Amino acid sequence: MLTRIASLVVLLAAWQLAALEAGSRLLPAPLAVLRFIVQEAERGDLAHNVGMTLLRVAISFTVAMLLGVVLGVALGRSKVTDLTLDTPLLVLLNTPALVITVLAYVWVGLTETAAILAVVLNKLPNVAVIVREGARNLDPGLDEMARAYRLDRLTWARDLLIPQLQPYIVTAARSGLSLAWKIVLVVELLGRPDGVGFAINYYFVQSTDVAAIIGYSLVFMAVMIGIDVLLLQRLEAYVRRWR
Amino acid sequence: MSVAGAEPVLQVAIASKWYRPRDAEPVEAVRNLEFEVAAGEIVCLIGPSGAGKTTTLRILLGLDTAFEGRVSGAERAGIVFQEPRLLPWRSVEHNVRLGLPRARRGLDLDGLFAQLGLTAWRASYPKALSLGMQRRVALARALADGPRVLVLDEPFVSLDDAAAAELRGLVVDTVDRSGMSVLMVTHNVAEAIGIADRLLLVSRRPAGLIAAVSLDRPRRERDRAWAEATRANLAAQHPEIIAL
Repeated sequence: MLTRIASLVVLLAAWQLAALEAGSRLLPAPLAVLRFIVQEAERGDLAHNVGMTLLRVAISFTVAMLLGVVLGVALGRSKVTDLTLDTPLLVLLNTPALVITVLAYVWVGLTETAAILAVVLNKLPNVAVIVREGARNLDPGLDEMARAYRLDRLTWARDLLIPQLQPYIVTAARSGLSLAWKIVLVVELLGRPDGVGFAINYYFVQSTDVAAIIGYSLVFMAVMIGIDVLLLQRLEAYVRRWR
Repeated sequence: MSVAGAEPVLQVAIASKWYRPRDAEPVEAVRNLEFEVAAGEIVCLIGPSGAGKTTTLRILLGLDTAFEGRVSGAERAGIVFQEPRLLPWRSVEHNVRLGLPRARRGLDLDGLFAQLGLTAWRASYPKALSLGMQRRVALARALADGPRVLVLDEPFVSLDDAAAAELRGLVVDTVDRSGMSVLMVTHNVAEAIGIADRLLLVSRRPAGLIAAVSLDRPRRERDRAWAEATRANLAAQHPEIIAL
């Protein structure tokens, strides 16, 4: 913990020094960024934009996780499904986020639905591929036990499938969350009238206000790291409690 | 002790079972293996390692359906696998209750846990238990639904002598008390002689029945001298299966 704080202090000091040396508004000092954050918060814009982005992240993250887990299990358990969907999945996995986003806006329109769809399509393949790995690695001995004891489907899913997938789902969630919010910013920049991505674009195009850009990204980063530490890491510890 | 004329609890008649690996010669694992287990009887299937005993069990339990022949009676068997095969992420109690169909999962199992000495461990996770205790949990799961027949696959291997004897005692007590039948696969001849009513000697691959040996002396009266004499006698008749 001490090392972390020390590293943070050194980083801030280096930033301050560089800003002093440059003396330019293109490299604002930490205090200038803080001042912007306070002003923006007082106007109410900060809360609105961060809130909208968080909402989009939450919805698309949830949808992508649900669909991705279902798809991943199907891919891992059925050879036919895997062979059929492997190539489309590979294509989607390697399509740039920007292309998916633009196409979603073009085909669906500049709507909230298109924005969510774009994020889901970007994240879904990652979740599916990670969960597929988990579904392939189910313990065959336990499966045999389940068949010999004629466990019903619900019990099998709840007591065998999901516990074995949990580590993979948590991994997918953690990597997926950071992926989702980065893509949401791009999606907002390209076609939404609010959100952190919109705000950053606005200050860039209007006035190249670097303090605003850094300010917004710092605030949002802090929120996402907070979610990871407070929610996902605790969830991970909880699902591993029996080890 | 087989009850004359009573309907057998388990019937196995495997005409043949082949393994056909993709890039190796096909192997015949079982050929003409026929036997029955009567109500209340303890039957031990003995044979060399890799003789197809576990294959036979898998067929009997419906885990392998690619064979020629007929098996019946294992639909409501309680099963103990060689590995305990417990869910490490569920409590001992939860694991045992998986042996019950969902509708009866709330059944009172206090008696069963007490009988197997597991009461103190009900809330523990399996990883906190020794292998011997984990096997007890697996046994409790097999017994939970009061099966007519218990199927055991090498249930006492890799236990120290004391733990194995203790677990064996629990199985025999349970069987004597409830009158259920047992089919046990083992390669431990001494163990089989100690508890079985009947021994089935199985050949090397393809596994087939070589001999069925009834042990008529009541289990309580089986002493060391008798066990050694029985073993020597068997070894003389079937040196290819039973070493001295």
